[in-house]
Amino acid sequence: MSSTRQPSIAKIESKTIMDLMTNNRRLDDRTLTDYRELKIEVGVIDKANGSAKVHLGKTKVLVGVKVELGDPFPDTPEEGILTVSAELLPLAYPTFEPGPPGENSIELARVVDRGIRESKAIDVKRLCIEPGKKVFVVFIDIYVLDYDGNLIDASALGALSAIINAKMRNYEIKDGEVVYKEGLIPLPIQNYPIAITMGKIGNSMIIDPSLKEEQVMTARLTVTIEKDGNICAMQMAGLGELSIDELKKAVGMAVAKAGEMRTRVMEAAT
Amino acid sequence: MVAVYGPREAHPRHVALPDRAAIRCRYHMAPFSTEERRSPAPSRRDMELSKVIREAVEPAVFSKYYPRSTIDISVEVLQSDGGTRSAGITGASLALADAGVPMRDLVAACAAGKIDGQIVLDLCDEEDKLGEADLPVAMIPSTGAITLVQMDGDLSPEEFEKALSMAVDGGRKIYEMQKEALKRKYLVIKDAVEDKDSKEGE
Repeated sequence: MSSTRQPSIAKIESKTIMDLMTNNRRLDDRTLTDYRELKIEVGVIDKANGSAKVHLGKTKVLVGVKVELGDPFPDTPEEGILTVSAELLPLAYPTFEPGPPGENSIELARVVDRGIRESKAIDVKRLCIEPGKKVFVVFIDIYVLDYDGNLIDASALGALSAIINAKMRNYEIKDGEVVYKEGLIPLPIQNYPIAITMGKIGNSMIIDPSLKEEQVMTARLTVTIEKDGNICAMQMAGLGELSIDELKKAVGMAVAKAGEMRTRVMEAAT
Repeated sequence: MVAVYGPREAHPRHVALPDRAAIRCRYHMAPFSTEERRSPAPSRRDMELSKVIREAVEPAVFSKYYPRSTIDISVEVLQSDGGTRSAGITGASLALADAGVPMRDLVAACAAGKIDGQIVLDLCDEEDKLGEADLPVAMIPSTGAITLVQMDGDLSPEEFEKALSMAVDGGRKIYEMQKEALKRKYLVIKDAVEDKDSKEGE
C-alpha cells in the first residue's frame, strides 16, 4: 500500500509557474495546448520485431515489440494476446528504484494497454493460429530512459509507432502448426489511438505537462482518441478534482489535438 | 466490504508525510468472488484500482489535520458483479465518515456505459464484458467536483457527455442513499434508547 506523494518543488518555482499560468503562459514559452519538441525514431532495436524511441522534450521512452507463440486465454480462444508492461528504469530519475513494478509503472502500462486494446488497434482475431490451442502473443515493453514529465503520452506514442513499425516472419498454417516462409509481414493494425494527457494548474488545463508542471498540477487526465475521433479510454489521477465543465473542455481539447499528433506518428513510423 | 483504520501512527515510519496524513488503500478481490477462481495474490488490476480508489476519496478528506499519521482503507470484494470500483469508492467514503474522519463531503461513485448503442447506467459483469463502453465517475456531490473518471470502450464525444451526465445523476442518487445509511446507524441506537426509556418508565 502506498500513498500519493506530491513531489517537492521550490515554492518560488511553483509560484512562477502559477503566475505565468494566469497570463496563459508556461515556463518554456509554449501555449497551453502545445506539445514539447517531439522526435520519434523507429526500428532502433534490431532484435525486436518492432521498436520506437520517443523524445518528448527531455523525456525519453524506448518501446520494444516482440511477437511470440503462446496459449490463448480460455475466455477468448479465438484471439491473439496483447500484453503491455512498463519499466521505470532507475537510471531515468533519482527516485525510480529497482524492484517489482510499483503502482505508477502498472498504471502507465495499463493506460497505454487500454488505448491499444479498446481501440482494437491490433486485430487480435487475425493473430489466432488454432482456436483454443495456439495464438500469437504481442508483447509491448515500455522502457522509460529519462523522465521529464508526461510519460503516458510519450509511451503511448512510442507503443503505437512500434506496433506500426513491427514486422513478423511470414507464415502459413499447416495442420494447426505454424510454418515460417520467406519474408516479413506487418502486424494487423487497424486503428491509431492517440493519448493526450492534460494537467490542471490553477484554473487552467494544459496539454503535455513537463516534470515541473506535474509537480504543481492538482489533477491529471488522459484521454485516448481513435482515428474516427471517438474516445476509447480515459484515466484521471492526482489529489485534486475537476469540475464537470473542465472535464468536458479537456475532452474537447484532446479531440482537437489528436489529429495533429496522429500525423506526426504516421510520418515517423511509416 | 470496506474498513478504515486511522488516523493512526504511521508504520513503518518512513511512509509518514510531513504536512498531511498518508492515505493508503488496498483493493482486493476474494478468490471466490468471480466466476473462475482468482489467485489471492494482488493482480496488476488490483494495484491500479487501489490507486484509483485512493485518489478518488482523498480530495474529500481533510488530511492536513493529521500530519505524520496514516489512514488505511481496505476494500475487499466478496462477490463481484460489475461496478466494484464504484462500490469500493462509495463504501470507502462511507467508512471514512463512519470512522469520524473529517471530510468535506462524501464521495459518490457510479458508472455509465453503452450497450448496443444505448447509453445505460451501472453495468453488471456481463454487460461490461459484452457492452461497448464503461465510464466510472466519482464525485463530491455538494460541489459537483469530479474526483475520478475512467473510461474504456468506444464513445463519440456526444455519447460521452450523455453518459457523463447520466453517471453524475446516478452518483447523486447514491449520495442520498449514503446519507440514509449513515443516519440509519444512529436511528437504530436512538430507537433502542427510547425503547429502554419507555420500559423503565412503566
